[in-house]
Amino acid sequence: MERAVTEQSLHDAANAKPAAERPVFEISRLTKTYHRNAFTALSNVNLTLEKGEFASVIGSSGCGKSTLLKIMAGLMPPTSGRVVLDGRPVMGPREDIGMMFQQATLLPWKTALENIILPIEIREGKAAARKYRTQAQALLDLVGLSRAADVYPSELSGGMAQRVSICRMLISDPSVLLLDEPFSALDELTRDFMNMELQRICMERHATAFLVTHSIPEAVILSDKIYVMQSNPGHVAEVVDIDLPRPRKLDMINTNKFGSIVAHIRGLLEQEGQI
Amino acid sequence: MSTQSKMTTRVAASKMMESDDQDTVWIEQDPLIDRIPRWVAMLGLFVGIVGLWYGVTALGIVSPIVLPSPAETWADILFVGNNLLTGGHMLEALITTTLTVLYGFAIAVFLGFSLGVLVGETKFGERAVMPYLVAIDTMPKVAFAPLFIAWLGFGISSKVALAAFIATFPVVVSTAAGLYAVSENERFLFKSMGATRMQTLIRLKLPIGLPYFFTGLKIASVGVMAGAITGEFLGGGQGFGALIRVSASQLNTPRVFSLIIYLSFLGLALYLTVVWLQSKLIFWNKTDKVGGIA
Ligand SMILES: Nc1ncnc2c1ncn2[C@@H]1O[C@H](COP(=O)(O)OP(=O)(O)OP(=O)(O)O)[C@@H](O)[C@H]1O
Ligand SMILES: [Mg+2]
Repeated sequence: MERAVTEQSLHDAANAKPAAERPVFEISRLTKTYHRNAFTALSNVNLTLEKGEFASVIGSSGCGKSTLLKIMAGLMPPTSGRVVLDGRPVMGPREDIGMMFQQATLLPWKTALENIILPIEIREGKAAARKYRTQAQALLDLVGLSRAADVYPSELSGGMAQRVSICRMLISDPSVLLLDEPFSALDELTRDFMNMELQRICMERHATAFLVTHSIPEAVILSDKIYVMQSNPGHVAEVVDIDLPRPRKLDMINTNKFGSIVAHIRGLLEQEGQI
Repeated sequence: MSTQSKMTTRVAASKMMESDDQDTVWIEQDPLIDRIPRWVAMLGLFVGIVGLWYGVTALGIVSPIVLPSPAETWADILFVGNNLLTGGHMLEALITTTLTVLYGFAIAVFLGFSLGVLVGETKFGERAVMPYLVAIDTMPKVAFAPLFIAWLGFGISSKVALAAFIATFPVVVSTAAGLYAVSENERFLFKSMGATRMQTLIRLKLPIGLPYFFTGLKIASVGVMAGAITGEFLGGGQGFGALIRVSASQLNTPRVFSLIIYLSFLGLALYLTVVWLQSKLIFWNKTDKVGGIA
């Protein structure tokens, strides 16, 4: 964590620009063709994430959302185009990117706390990871799981497991959080609750977040900006700015403004279906 | 039809009305065969089989050379047990067979694991090595026994080789299957943490594959017994297999039975050791149990 902070400040100094003005993520002309089946999943995608911003991408199944996220995370190379994070091109997995998947993906033979410090253990070894135990405990406190440190994943509910995986994502203090439908396996109530938790955590840490989702209300309640994608081949059809006040609350769902934004996005998604 | 069902509903409803402050507890009845406690079931089956055995021999339906009576067999079991406990020649034979089994098992685990990792982890292993392994695996492996005897002689090593040869393949297949069992999310998780190939193998794939590996070990523990005894049948020597063959050729059927029973203890001990080790090592996955013993 300390190391990341130093790198960050060195970088800031070199750039001599206030952090708020500089985009964190810049993606231009991104195209991805899977050569296994010559399928073009993404075509000419452009997007920019500002620091501290919460952006979502929404689109029908198979329009290339996960593909986009994997390329942003450096898990997969693009076919053409440019992906730059914090001024450095993304050419492989990076420590300053935090990722969360649809499933919590915790290792069942490690306790919650051991799972959280796993990224440190992998990068810097067991000894370094041990120093992060107090920090991991603090993260557990942050997500309301103070007493789950020594619990094994099989004893956690789905929502608790996803909260542990949030902690694992946060332990290396990434500058961007990439979230691929993180709560879609949870029930409606837990999901709403987790979304509010996510908002709180992002606001507290001034985190930049990029969320993939299927749910229009979820995207609207959380985001400053929504990228609406259409498929064949996957591209960004429209960027919708959401100027609802922060912090967002669940009862905003009942306001007219919320309703009209949802209707607008739904229109964009349905329009695709008619083509 | 519909009137009738409506009537039934109404009757049920009015009955509920009569006593709507009472609990509606009811007992779910399992069929009798599912309700027998384990020890009663096991003992019952044992008594049944021995009873049948006794009846068949007492009535002289089959000749005692084909099937000795339970009493005769029991007497011989005691005799062999006594010989084993007092350090007679049978103990030596048992030790020889035990060593054959243990060496064979160790070699099979080592070879099987190494080849399994090669096949499951590298494309080379999957593309080039696996087809040959499958080809060899489909052969009747016992047919190799004369070869092993020709190469390694009539001592213990030819039997160890046959036992290991038979037991290796299930370990290869299960180890490789275990490595394939990793989900895409888990692979992406490790990739996103910047894990090296070695780290991913040791900290993710091998632990995920452990239950598969142990399934292979259980199959191998059975195969290694078969291999060792077959080797001793065909290659002579000091072991239990040779004793069985000699007893059979002398028409000493009770002895054959009791030797087989002591052999089965050896097999069971190996199998249960594997099961015990599995439950110690894979503490997070307790679902892989059959009938409470495997
Ligand atoms: N490894 C791959 N090889 C070939 N084609 C792939 C691969 N992964 C995904 N695709 C194809 O690319 C398209 C986009 O897939 P992707 O997983 O990005 O969609 P998605 O928007 O995340 O869908 P969902 O909402 O269902 O998760 C799909 O049509 C899929 O069939
Ligand atoms: Mg997806």
